[in-house]
Amino acid sequence: MRSFERVTGIVAPLDRLNVDTDQIIPKQFLKSIKRTGFGDNLFDAWRFADEGAIGKTPNERRLNPDFVLNQSRYQDARILLARRNFGCGSSREHAVWSLLEFGFRCVIAPSFADIFLSNCFKNGLLPIVLEEEVIDELFEMVNACTGFEVNVDLPAQAILLPAGERFEFAIDPFKKRTLIEGLDDIDLTLDYREEIAAFESRHRQRMPWIFIN
Amino acid sequence: MSAQTLYDKIWDAHAVGTRADGQTMLYIDLQLLHEVTSPQAFAGLALHGRGLWRVAANLATPDHNVPTENRELGLAGIEDAVAKQQVVTLDDNCRRYGITQFDILDPRQGIVHVVGPEQGATQPGMTIVCGDSHTSTHGAFAALAQGIGTSDVEHVMATQCLVQSKAENMRVAVDGALTEGVYAKDLILAIIGAIGTAGATGHTIEYMGSGVLELSMEARMTLCNMSIEAGARAGLVAVDDTTLEYLHGRPRAPQGELWDLAHDYWLTLHSDDDAEFASGFQIDAATLIPQVTWGTSPELVVGIDSATPNPDDAPDPAQGQSLQLALDYMGLAADQPMVEIGLDRIFIGSCTNARIEDLRAAANVVRGRKVAKRIKQALVVPGSGLVKAQAEAEGLADVFLEAGFEWRAAGCSMCLAMNPDRLQPEERCASTSNRNFEGRQGHGGRTHLVSPVMAAAAAIQGRFVDVRSLL
Repeated sequence: MRSFERVTGIVAPLDRLNVDTDQIIPKQFLKSIKRTGFGDNLFDAWRFADEGAIGKTPNERRLNPDFVLNQSRYQDARILLARRNFGCGSSREHAVWSLLEFGFRCVIAPSFADIFLSNCFKNGLLPIVLEEEVIDELFEMVNACTGFEVNVDLPAQAILLPAGERFEFAIDPFKKRTLIEGLDDIDLTLDYREEIAAFESRHRQRMPWIFIN
Repeated sequence: MSAQTLYDKIWDAHAVGTRADGQTMLYIDLQLLHEVTSPQAFAGLALHGRGLWRVAANLATPDHNVPTENRELGLAGIEDAVAKQQVVTLDDNCRRYGITQFDILDPRQGIVHVVGPEQGATQPGMTIVCGDSHTSTHGAFAALAQGIGTSDVEHVMATQCLVQSKAENMRVAVDGALTEGVYAKDLILAIIGAIGTAGATGHTIEYMGSGVLELSMEARMTLCNMSIEAGARAGLVAVDDTTLEYLHGRPRAPQGELWDLAHDYWLTLHSDDDAEFASGFQIDAATLIPQVTWGTSPELVVGIDSATPNPDDAPDPAQGQSLQLALDYMGLAADQPMVEIGLDRIFIGSCTNARIEDLRAAANVVRGRKVAKRIKQALVVPGSGLVKAQAEAEGLADVFLEAGFEWRAAGCSMCLAMNPDRLQPEERCASTSNRNFEGRQGHGGRTHLVSPVMAAAAAIQGRFVDVRSLL
């Protein structure tokens, strides 16, 4: 997995509640059998004024000038500032893949939907949960200052602001380590292959009907 | 041992152990696979030279982007080359690893969440995963069933375990019985409307109470199906005679002595009387009326006798802005009565509401009536090939066809519009599916979530109407 340690970058504000994974990557772009190629269609219905199709590049599309990510001040943003319940809806991991491929490495929000959150950790996209008031404050700062950049420091568990201010965030210590070291999640589990096999054998005795098909 | 919830019991029976990172390895009994979220998982396995831990724990069927017309042509009937590649890839992967698949030509093919229960593959006390958030459907059988991302699909293929931390317990108590014309769909929409789409985030819901006991298995599936729309990865209903009757004799259900053994265990699958829940919600089913969503989130729902909200009345500006965005997208005004909203298309289908009881209920409304002239298309898409065959045998297909509905082959269809069934920009649809997000049923399309009878009534009237006036 892609590791995450520190990221410095422009913060883009997405001021909407309940942003769902259908918005992050609409279903018409889920037909690939690969993990790549989704970045061009991130927030497709909001970013573009025309209807997209697989294989059509952003250069061939009409941008929606009103959408926040299309403003010149947010080009090359690497951190997405969002509102509560971000990533609700479908389990599609393509949502995380498209955010990463577009260039985001971190999403900051008051809360995330469960499956989306889990998918973030599997791919090295850092989800940071902060209090609603802190998020409000960040939105104000981002809106007030063009080129607003922060440094997200995962080892220190802090977001460092230009003026020297810092917002600390909580993260599960083991998830933090997995992200920093970019560990392969399947390998971590296969370290326990004997325990799994032993469990399976007991489980088969207790509930043999599960194993008949 | 202290009192346990149903969720606690299933969790404990599947906890292999704790990984060094503090998370639990939960043994998975059944993984359901479809064409959209599995190809990258299979590719990942191959890339790392890993195999499947237990091939027989997997069951596959293509559903998301199969066309609902020209099904007899099989793969050749898929005009979209990219979609076809996903279906072909699922065929290839299942063949390569020896996974049982109900392929596009198999009469048992269908929406994965309809097929699992129908085949008796979904059983009480199981842990079930699928790369689809509506896996929560299977919780109707007291199975801990969760939607997962593709990395986890690969993880379960390789290790037979899902690694996660335990969620909190939430109790949703349903008192009283639903009245005529009001269904499980209305119940779950009302619950979501009350607690919100993040109301159960971090929780596993258990639905209980007299109102749940009275529900059929199919109605319980509708209820559990939309747990994810309330934020919960899983919803559960305890085992009772209704569960056992449904399961008995299904192709993949145990038989003979194994049935007896399983049966005894299954009857323990309920929360203990004094089990504690971290949170709870109570609803009176008897006073509910048919529900209709008006906005772009399932929580934006009202009774059919109500109107759209006025953003000026919202408790805070952020919510007011959110409501206004939803009204704008939906092309609706504030304070607009639901019964004045006219429709362009009707969709009866999806893992929420495409089972035989749904089709029977809708057909009862449609029988002897005609689809309104203003409706451009009214689709019925059965949840599986077997549901389709049964509906045809019962004469339901003829009822729909005579009224002017189109009768299609099984799949997810216009619930998420990955196949050719979709809305055009600004078209408005009464849909029995589960999500009314922007563009969900097609770019720019407008979705109103309703029960099958409400969709049927809307088809007849060309606008929303309280179906109880047609019964």
